[in-house]
Amino acid sequence: MDLSTSLTLVRPELILSFSSLALLLIAAWRQDAGRLVSILSVAALVGAGVTSAQFLAAGTDATAFDGLYRADAFSSFAKILIYIAAAVALVIAPKALEKMGAMRAEYPVLVVLAAVGMGIMVSASDLLTLYIGLELNSLAAYVLASFARNDGRSAEAGLKYFVLGALASGILLFGMSLLYGFTGSTSFETIGQAMAGEIGTGLLFGLVFVLSGLAFKISAAPFHMWTPDVYEGAPTPVTAFFASAPKVAATALLIRVTIEAFGSQAQAWQQIVMVVALMSIVIGAVGAIGQQNLKRLLAYSSINNIGFLLIGLAAGTEQGISAMLVYLAIYVAMTLGGFICLMQLKGRDGEMKEGMADIAGLSKTKPLLAAAFAVFMFSLAGIPPLFGFWGKLVVFNAAIEAGMFPLAVIGIAASVIGAFYYLKVVKTMYFDEPADAVDTSDDKVLSWSGGALALAVSPLGYFAIPALTAVTAQAAGALF
Amino acid sequence: MNAAELPILSIMLAVPMLGAIACLFVRDELARVVALGATLLNLVLGIWLWASYDPAGAQWQFVESAQLFGPIGWKLGIDGISLLLIMLSVFLMPICIGASWRSITERVGLYMASFLLMETLMIGVFAAQDLLLFYIMFEAGLIPMYLIIGIWGGKDRIYASYKFFLYTLLGSVFMLLAMLWMIQQAGTADIPTLLNHDFPAEAQTILWLAFFASFAVKMPMWPVHTWLPDAHVQAPTAGSVILAGVLLKMGGYGFLRFSLPMFPEASAQFIWLIFGLSMVAVVYTSLVALVQDDMKKLIAYSSVAHMAIVTVGLFTFNQQGIEGAIIVMLSHGLVSGALFLCVGVIYDRLHTREISRYGGLSINMPKYALFFMLFTMASVGLPGTSGFVGEFLSLAGAYKVSTWATLIATTGIILGAGYMLYLYRRIAFGEQVNADAAAMPDLDKRELWLLAPIAAAVLWMGVYPESFLAPIRRDVATIVDRIERAAPAGDSKLKENDKTTAKYRVHAHGGEHQKKAEGAAH
Repeated sequence: MDLSTSLTLVRPELILSFSSLALLLIAAWRQDAGRLVSILSVAALVGAGVTSAQFLAAGTDATAFDGLYRADAFSSFAKILIYIAAAVALVIAPKALEKMGAMRAEYPVLVVLAAVGMGIMVSASDLLTLYIGLELNSLAAYVLASFARNDGRSAEAGLKYFVLGALASGILLFGMSLLYGFTGSTSFETIGQAMAGEIGTGLLFGLVFVLSGLAFKISAAPFHMWTPDVYEGAPTPVTAFFASAPKVAATALLIRVTIEAFGSQAQAWQQIVMVVALMSIVIGAVGAIGQQNLKRLLAYSSINNIGFLLIGLAAGTEQGISAMLVYLAIYVAMTLGGFICLMQLKGRDGEMKEGMADIAGLSKTKPLLAAAFAVFMFSLAGIPPLFGFWGKLVVFNAAIEAGMFPLAVIGIAASVIGAFYYLKVVKTMYFDEPADAVDTSDDKVLSWSGGALALAVSPLGYFAIPALTAVTAQAAGALF
Repeated sequence: MNAAELPILSIMLAVPMLGAIACLFVRDELARVVALGATLLNLVLGIWLWASYDPAGAQWQFVESAQLFGPIGWKLGIDGISLLLIMLSVFLMPICIGASWRSITERVGLYMASFLLMETLMIGVFAAQDLLLFYIMFEAGLIPMYLIIGIWGGKDRIYASYKFFLYTLLGSVFMLLAMLWMIQQAGTADIPTLLNHDFPAEAQTILWLAFFASFAVKMPMWPVHTWLPDAHVQAPTAGSVILAGVLLKMGGYGFLRFSLPMFPEASAQFIWLIFGLSMVAVVYTSLVALVQDDMKKLIAYSSVAHMAIVTVGLFTFNQQGIEGAIIVMLSHGLVSGALFLCVGVIYDRLHTREISRYGGLSINMPKYALFFMLFTMASVGLPGTSGFVGEFLSLAGAYKVSTWATLIATTGIILGAGYMLYLYRRIAFGEQVNADAAAMPDLDKRELWLLAPIAAAVLWMGVYPESFLAPIRRDVATIVDRIERAAPAGDSKLKENDKTTAKYRVHAHGGEHQKKAEGAAH
């Protein structure tokens, strides 16, 4: 395979890399050009997304750089989701960051760089590309977490994220070195072949360490401890970004590693994934109950949702993977929507409000905002007729089809525990007396994007099911 | 013109839905009018639907099918059983709106929207012919009901709303898993097809239990009934009416539509469970009702007792029992709805549900006392009212299966007479001890308009039940045919060659005898 073919296959990453470099130059000379750079970054993300969509439509399925990088339907679908989520995170950010005095031109550049890393993650077909992508994304994310540098909480979040992230990277690298040592290759395909049949303790250790490192990145229990702290401390637009795009990328990466590299040892990792899934569901649900800070609550909610996602992976079938992709798409819409609602809560002096008490009686003072928030909460809880229900349904359907009845039964019973705290948010907004702590938001972008996402997860979303099913089936098919 | 020429069911779903959206965006006064208009329009459509329904025609009528949502088929269609339950819903809805006309003053638009959404979902449950569509409609009702109880309810409304939501959700999620398995096993989510699909007997047991978890909570059966008194007491009057009137019927409808015809063997296997729980419910909740000080709680417990008669009737595996159970469902929907309205009438005046705060109301509120009397009698099951027909039929059907269960279930009627007449005595008769209760004005025109139609329907069902039995007879027979192979042997057969019974035995004219029995039952 010659270089030019390889370069055509990495077009989305090329577009983003070059634009990020060019935008960095603009940022270097014009510190106040934050908005301009944001707009250009969104344009670059849209361009990369369109390229990925073209790949998806053309059914591209090829490897580049001698098997280091893979452009298939699966990676294209994941990239489209990632770019959309990153673009939304950019669109909603400027006003909120300006209020904190943190809107600098580097913010969009960092998001684009993270997007490049995420693109590489989902396309990685070799442990080396995997690691490069993961670190590119993580390094950008550490900086983003502490982006409001005058805010102690933000700095703390960045530091925590960095230390724990480095630990996880270490675990991951250790696992990768074991895999390489025992199989003699870093390519997923060769590892997959070498792992067929009986495997020794060394390889098993490698597998467990790699899965643990990745579980940290998707914040699955028991590697979830950093999530509430980082989500709470990071500026809200950054948290919205963390909860959406990197989750998609890390999950897609996890899927590819488990299916392509460890596919022949399904027995070995299925148990791990099952335990991690159930722990995430239960810990996410129980941990959220006592939370008084809405950002922390949404952090636990994301742990909870990762658990449901992993049920699809535990099934390990093509249908399970396709279900995960459906869930991811819906999850991104729900979680971005939830954070957008949160960002509209502003106090009388323009400061951000994020406490449970601040939304008391919101339905009386801000009926539309409360309604949108309620839609996202019910949807995250998976109550029909909202679209979140469909995501839960497809993953449980995959588990049932794979014959994993105990997993499905425990998972769905635990989802009722999860419903409790989502209901609590709705209860505070609708049943309690108004606290009147929240002023009218003047950010039209937030209102419009929040409204659009609320419509998307409302029952209207069901009209998207046929298209979504077809695309995710194609994407999942690329892995098997 | 025949309603089958239009997608009448979709229209009946759309009318309240659009009304609900409109209510959210208009002023309070207008929201009331929009809601009443939408529900009345749906009532008219419902009457047209009934008039166009052909009891001798195809089993499923007004069938619609569209592939809009991928695996979730938009498939609608009704048989006689669905028809009557849809009629019950559209009949009660305008009354609910009317009952809230003055008592709801806060966030009227949201309130009306919630009720209209409930109406859409209730009709959807009874008309859905796709398993997933059914589940969505069945579960979605939780959201508006949660808001109705939580926003406009009484003092402990938040506790009651949580309990209602989480209890019913936990019950239903297992049903969802069972449904997913069934769809994979049978390769279709089409309910009419599944009705004739034979699932392996060992799988039926698990599936039946999963469905039971959901319907038993919804019904509600003892011992998972405890959400009901809380929800009823805390909900606003119209919320209680719709809860008792229609939502509880979803459980019975579920047993009838899914548990019995889809899992006949498992249903027969678990008959002891159903009968056992129902017997406990009849006696226990009736006794609990007897000692209540709170009117709404009393009626809520009586609902549990009546619903237990429904479950007994449903699992008799014979025509009379199932027909009777359906009539009890309809009758209870009307009667308990009306009783909650009666409570609402005096609650609006005195703002208390405590029985001892009233007394002697027949003196200052004669019209009210008359209506209350009628509904009390219907609840007791006095011949000539709707309550009698259903209870008699279901107990007659139950007698063929288990004489002991029938004996104990029948005590429910005696106990029912006990607590209802005791309630009536304490409220309507006796001395006027409380001056403020004695000064309450009689029913006004609006309240008369709410109660009179229900009273008429109760008497109609009691005097000429054939109108209600005709549409369901053939559909019940279809179910009985389907489940006959698993029907349990009853203990009420006459002994062969027994001297004491020989003289009562009709030998050659067996057929005639049976016909007579049926005639009497109808």
